[in-house]
Amino acid sequence: MSTTTILTRTLTPRQRGMRRFLQNKLAVFGIVTIALFVLFCFVGPLIHPTDQIHTDLRSTMLPPGSPGHPLGTDDVGYDVLGRLMMGGQISILIGLAAGILATVIGTLWGAIAGYVGGVVDTVMMRVVDAGIAIPATFLLLILSAILRPSVPLMICVIGLVSWLVPARLVRAESISLKSREYVLALRAMGGTHSRAVLKHIVPNTVGTIVVNATFQVADAILLVAYISFLGMGLQKPATDWGAMLTSGITYTYAGAWWLIFPAGFCIVLTVCAFNSIGDGLRDFFDVKGRAA
Amino acid sequence: MSVVEAAQSAQKKERPGGGRFWWYLLRRVGQGGIVILIVTLIVFALLHLAMPNGPAAGILGMQASQEQIEAFNRENGFDLPLWQQYFNFLGQLLQGDLGDSFKLNRPVADAIGQRLPKTLILALISMLIALAIAIPMGIFQAVRRGKAADYILTTWNFIVYSTPSFFLGLILVIVFAQWLRLVPAQAPQGETVGDVLANPAGLVLPVLTAAAGIIATFSRYMRSATIDNLSEDYVRTARAKGTSVSVVITRHVVRNSLTPVIAMLGYYLPVMFGGMIVVESLFNYPGMGLLFWTSAQTSDYPVLLGCILVIALATVIGSLLADIIQALLDPRTREELS
Repeated sequence: MSTTTILTRTLTPRQRGMRRFLQNKLAVFGIVTIALFVLFCFVGPLIHPTDQIHTDLRSTMLPPGSPGHPLGTDDVGYDVLGRLMMGGQISILIGLAAGILATVIGTLWGAIAGYVGGVVDTVMMRVVDAGIAIPATFLLLILSAILRPSVPLMICVIGLVSWLVPARLVRAESISLKSREYVLALRAMGGTHSRAVLKHIVPNTVGTIVVNATFQVADAILLVAYISFLGMGLQKPATDWGAMLTSGITYTYAGAWWLIFPAGFCIVLTVCAFNSIGDGLRDFFDVKGRAA
Repeated sequence: MSVVEAAQSAQKKERPGGGRFWWYLLRRVGQGGIVILIVTLIVFALLHLAMPNGPAAGILGMQASQEQIEAFNRENGFDLPLWQQYFNFLGQLLQGDLGDSFKLNRPVADAIGQRLPKTLILALISMLIALAIAIPMGIFQAVRRGKAADYILTTWNFIVYSTPSFFLGLILVIVFAQWLRLVPAQAPQGETVGDVLANPAGLVLPVLTAAAGIIATFSRYMRSATIDNLSEDYVRTARAKGTSVSVVITRHVVRNSLTPVIAMLGYYLPVMFGGMIVVESLFNYPGMGLLFWTSAQTSDYPVLLGCILVIALATVIGSLLADIIQALLDPRTREELS
């Protein structure tokens, strides 16, 4: 037996999972894409500094390739390349924060419902059913109509409409975990319920949680775009990719493709990237998730 | 992971066992009733978050005097304690009364009744076309699993799934309406379903936009359901008997794979309605989504509330039907019933 076979056999489960993850070309593509986008949005403005606050009415609607504006300018004279960076910061930031918020709320809700069981579980899960019966875009539109849109508000609102799915998934796992020996042993030794949930149930659902969180981020980035499209997004001069794309729609017939496609492709690529990472992580943790 | 898939995994665990079908049905109807009740609570809470001082200012305008507002509140019961207002609200709902619109000068139920059929017909056409494409596509991909064709279709669906529908619709407008000038970019206008159907060319782009997302979602389900079934023992047995691959697939595999996919349709309703609001605002299609959108712009809260209640009711009934269909299609429960 050669050394290599011995080495492959002694890989830990984590190492084997890591190998599986890295062999998934799509997942690697996802991570590289996200890394590039983060560099582009957060470091890019240092290399290509632009004024994204004051409008410049002397240089509006310049086509790509104009001096100083590689991707042209929009209808009020903002540099499109610089605006993509700024809009991307908002889209990625809201997407990540809202996805994480939704996952945290959903995980706790589901873990508690599944662990406590009985009437509490029934009531908590009917609340989830009721939330799912109201389409997220409708709820988002109402909430944005009531409250003035801002970045923290959008994070909260998207988080509040997105926690339902992780709650269902974690509840199902929590039910099967609560009768495991280590939880029973903890309870027999006098451990508290909150310790059982936080130290044993939640950590054991980490695969489901991490995989779902990645998909949540992808969905949240799409939701940000939808809110902006429906006219309830951030007020100018703040922007996100969805808002850029939406304000470009007016100029479709004027042939101003640079106001539509760059922002659109940024959204599609980022969402694809997060979904690919989710697929890769699902293989890594070997959990059931989105049908591939 | 989408809402639909979570529902699917929850549903698998709750599949009824044999003779307990009627008990199961009763329990599901009861659950549906509780869900509707919670939805009315959420909606009522939203209404009060939107208008802490009642709808008076919204209806009477900014210049309304304090006396006018108070008189309005007394007249409409908005000066009562919250729990009493909630029960009045529930009582009205039970009579099918969704209140009056602030801006449209007509009852909410009327406004929705006029818009909903147009949304349903658009949704139905898109759904039928999408399924007619997605189901064969999923089967084809499953059979060709790992081959180039499967890879290309999977990638395509993956990209469509990650594209905001308004961007997709916009690309379709640019290609088919602006460049090729084949179809109009504006959806048909009109009061009735007949008016809308009278102009099929205008329906092409809205239907394509709505269908693209459904195809991406359902072909994926169909693909994985078929792959699961292809590895079952009965497939090997049928093949061993000498049955040809095509017969095994059409006779056995497709039937078994379709059951969960058909049952998913009920759970897909909220996603479908959520998509309609975007499609309708993009193409200016006069359905319930557009009604909801314009009402959000004008803060016409009774209409917003009414739309949400109608959709939630449709969703609860839809998922109930989906569960019943699923239970009936399952041979184990079917035997118990006959």
